[in-house]
Amino acid sequence: MVNGLNLAFQFLDSFAFVVLAAAGLAVIFGIMGVINLAHGEFILFGAYATTKSVTDLGLPLPAAMVVASLLTAGFGVVVERTIISGFVPNWIGQRTVGRDLIEPLYDRLADSMVATFGLSLVMVQSARILFGNSIDTVGTPFGNVAYGAFSYSTYRLVLAGISILVLVAAYYLFTRTTFGTRVRATMQDEQTAKALGIDTERTYMLTFGIGSGLAGLTGALFAPVLSMQPTLGDQFLIEAFVAVVVGGPSVVLGTALSGGVLGAVSATVTNLTDSTTFGRIALLVAAILALRFLPGGITGLIERVRARRQEATDGD
Amino acid sequence: MATEPTGSTGTDGGAVARIRGRLEGPNTVGNSRGFWLGFAVAVLALAAFPVVGSGESFSLFLVLALLGLSLSLVWGYSGVLSFGQVVFFGVGGYTFGVVSINFPDATGITAAALAGVVVGGGAAALLGYFMFYGGVRNVYVTIITLVTTMAMHTFMAQTAGSEWTIGEAPLGGFNGMPGIPLLELGIEGVASFQFVYNEMSLLGLFAFDPFYYLALGLLLVTYLGLRALVNSDFGRVMVAVREDQDRTRMFGYDVKRIKLLTFTLGGALAALSGVLYAARNVYISPPVFALWFATLPVIWVSVGGRKSLLGAVIATIAIEYFRLSVEGEMALVVLGAMLLVFILALPGGIVPWVAGKLSGSAVPVSELDDADAPAEVSES
Repeated sequence: MVNGLNLAFQFLDSFAFVVLAAAGLAVIFGIMGVINLAHGEFILFGAYATTKSVTDLGLPLPAAMVVASLLTAGFGVVVERTIISGFVPNWIGQRTVGRDLIEPLYDRLADSMVATFGLSLVMVQSARILFGNSIDTVGTPFGNVAYGAFSYSTYRLVLAGISILVLVAAYYLFTRTTFGTRVRATMQDEQTAKALGIDTERTYMLTFGIGSGLAGLTGALFAPVLSMQPTLGDQFLIEAFVAVVVGGPSVVLGTALSGGVLGAVSATVTNLTDSTTFGRIALLVAAILALRFLPGGITGLIERVRARRQEATDGD
Repeated sequence: MATEPTGSTGTDGGAVARIRGRLEGPNTVGNSRGFWLGFAVAVLALAAFPVVGSGESFSLFLVLALLGLSLSLVWGYSGVLSFGQVVFFGVGGYTFGVVSINFPDATGITAAALAGVVVGGGAAALLGYFMFYGGVRNVYVTIITLVTTMAMHTFMAQTAGSEWTIGEAPLGGFNGMPGIPLLELGIEGVASFQFVYNEMSLLGLFAFDPFYYLALGLLLVTYLGLRALVNSDFGRVMVAVREDQDRTRMFGYDVKRIKLLTFTLGGALAALSGVLYAARNVYISPPVFALWFATLPVIWVSVGGRKSLLGAVIATIAIEYFRLSVEGEMALVVLGAMLLVFILALPGGIVPWVAGKLSGSAVPVSELDDADAPAEVSES
């Protein structure tokens, strides 16, 4: 009984971690075809902004989290304008040497990886120079739930709830709003979308901003439970990466499903072996196998099955 | 093309021309007499470097250049972006450590070096078979190799317990595996030579480190060997796979086999680099599988020009020299910013850009460079 409850908590914990870590990356990768290796550093940005707002400005924690998410989103927009789309350098280039200086990184996976890795180096080291090797942590709110010999931080449960809220909100945004329609049109066929009057540049900019904001929110939410050091983003990147790819082309559903599957694998193995390391290894191995056998990810499989069923009914 | 013999050698012009013909072709930069003169000067300068600088520390860059070359072969020439070159690097290094600690005499250490290369290449063959024959393509190959790196890192970091001892060699968890014997190649009792920590002096004038020359020699042989490979028929097919694998398959080539062979060769080369790395440091530890280390080869090759073997070598040496010799907090900021500027402004890499400028080529670098654009993610 206790073990089962423990497993359930571990599952919720892993699920929340995977989903929150992946949300921002999924939006940016799924829609823009840009792999943001600085995703962990965007999370770092959000975590530091939250902590600093609480400790230095004296904001209450929820307000600090909102401020941090907005700041990260703004930072994301700046990065998109200067690096990913090259708008600012090209604007300068057109006025000085009369030509574009850089090509946009959209759909240039390898180059986007290298460029954002450069950005992540700059961000980690800047954080170290500006704030030192660690900053004060804000306390974890809400206390613990106790059951039997175990106790569990209530805040972790709140995180699991919030991760589901984030998914629902993202689902609503991308499927039920005009903005979502524009985004999906841009994602499917940029040229046609542009011809139909969608400002794809602006769509990309806002998408990157939303993705960054989600990363910032993740950082803000995890700020109370992490040790605040410049390398804290590293622990998110790989899980995020894996979840996005295992999830497949459908951004929100894919993230939810891969969060569920990977969370379950990791929680079960952690519970069986009593070692979070083995849980992590199991998660990584599961991801490798998933990619090998489901190159389109989980939602790719779902779509294939659906298409086949469609064909079967059409044939009748 | 290269029928004109280099006059400077003065020996058999026909043989020289034949060798040059093997080494030159459309897949490498530097197919002129001027290039080979510059190349000879550069090699001589590297050979003379220990007179003025520390060959012992510089040898690290030569060892890592082999790792850069391995990625340039796999990514630049067959279009498979492997984020897992450090897996084979690390496997090679660890294998060398385990075998040499168990058999610490010259024969054993020589066998350990060979074992490192074979096991590293074997690991690459295994992973490559799993991926290419399973139909994994494009960015998914990159991601599987990256995740493999992370899995290796997490796994090796937890091997601290005594149950993780192979023969006499404890893997040592995060603390790594110290006490790797000094690199001594040859057959025990017949002829052997110790390369590491064996300062020799030339005519009593200056001391030099034999390992530096071992690394330099291997780098030189590998570079020329790969040049010959990429300009051979097989190399042309590799490039065809990079440019358009579906079309290459329709011409009747076995694309999977070509990718697997290239990946295996690249893995073996990365493993050789790892063996030398472990031998040079007499130590190896899990950070060789870390994300930041896995990214370094991608950076070297991107900055130097991924479709240029020479670019990989030059960029590896330059970036690592910069990264490890510039002290202070700003070094990483500068490196990161440099990386951004290079990848954005010169997506084809520095060496092809310079070569283009020198030869007055009118083709802009950016037009040469679209191999990694995911032209066919449609199957997902």
